[in-house]
Amino acid sequence: MHANPLQTEILFRLGPIPISQAVATTWVIMVLLVLVSWVGLRRASIEAGPLQTALEVLIETLTSQVGEIMGQDSARFVPLIGTLFLFLVCANLSAVVPGTKAPTAHIETPAALAAIVFLSVHYYGVRSRGWRDYLRHYTRPNLLLLPLNVLSEITRTFSLMIRLFGNMMSHEFVLAIVAFLAGLLVPIPFLALGVLIGLIQAYIFTVLAAVYIGAAAGNTALE
Amino acid sequence: MDIHMVSIIGAVIAVCFGAVGPAFSEGRAIAAAMEAIARQPESAGTISRTLFVGLAMIETMAIYCLVVALLLLYANPFAS
Repeated sequence: MHANPLQTEILFRLGPIPISQAVATTWVIMVLLVLVSWVGLRRASIEAGPLQTALEVLIETLTSQVGEIMGQDSARFVPLIGTLFLFLVCANLSAVVPGTKAPTAHIETPAALAAIVFLSVHYYGVRSRGWRDYLRHYTRPNLLLLPLNVLSEITRTFSLMIRLFGNMMSHEFVLAIVAFLAGLLVPIPFLALGVLIGLIQAYIFTVLAAVYIGAAAGNTALE
Repeated sequence: MDIHMVSIIGAVIAVCFGAVGPAFSEGRAIAAAMEAIARQPESAGTISRTLFVGLAMIETMAIYCLVVALLLLYANPFAS
């Protein structure tokens, strides 16, 4: 309860680089995701096994959802958005496993993810519109709005980071307080609520990233 | 009344008023979405997706207040 949520505890050191628990959990999640998809699709065939079928259903759903948000020409965004969603679901739900904490409850992981979204907004915007046209959209509808447009670019990235961090971290706090007040059986509904919050936050982060990237790339179905 | 006490009072006020506004507006947003879904159940997918995005935007305000409270409690620049 007295742990500072803005500070990170260091698990071990890799030479001069300190490795925190969040980073270690992130690595485990990455290895798990890669292993599951590699094992599931190692021998992909028409008569799919159970794991391959599950992965195919997942990818189909992701593709159709991304298509609904971003309009036509959305297939090239599916790898980025889908990976973001799968990683976030695993990261937010990793708090359920005893002994681990959600890496998104520390500020570095949401900051890194928001930075990825921020950079890919500009990357896809320049790629699909060209430098000139992409930079010109900051001066629309009027040159006077240029500072506001730049400011909104920064604040929305910041709020993307703070939203994920704040929700996951505050839920951890609520759990700690409830467990401190009444340790037996009472925290269980809050734990179940945590699963729901983790899923919703992963969904919101992904949808917002898709909307931002789609708006920058110029195809908007939801703006 | 030293700086720690003022910080704690500031954090409490930030969370109080930061929770009231978003709670009201989220209630209004959800009520409007419910009404829209009841009228047009076939467009429930689009409405609920937009609702989630809007709720996230509204909730950001509450989260900002939470962050201010946490900064006051844990990373106060004046109470070193």
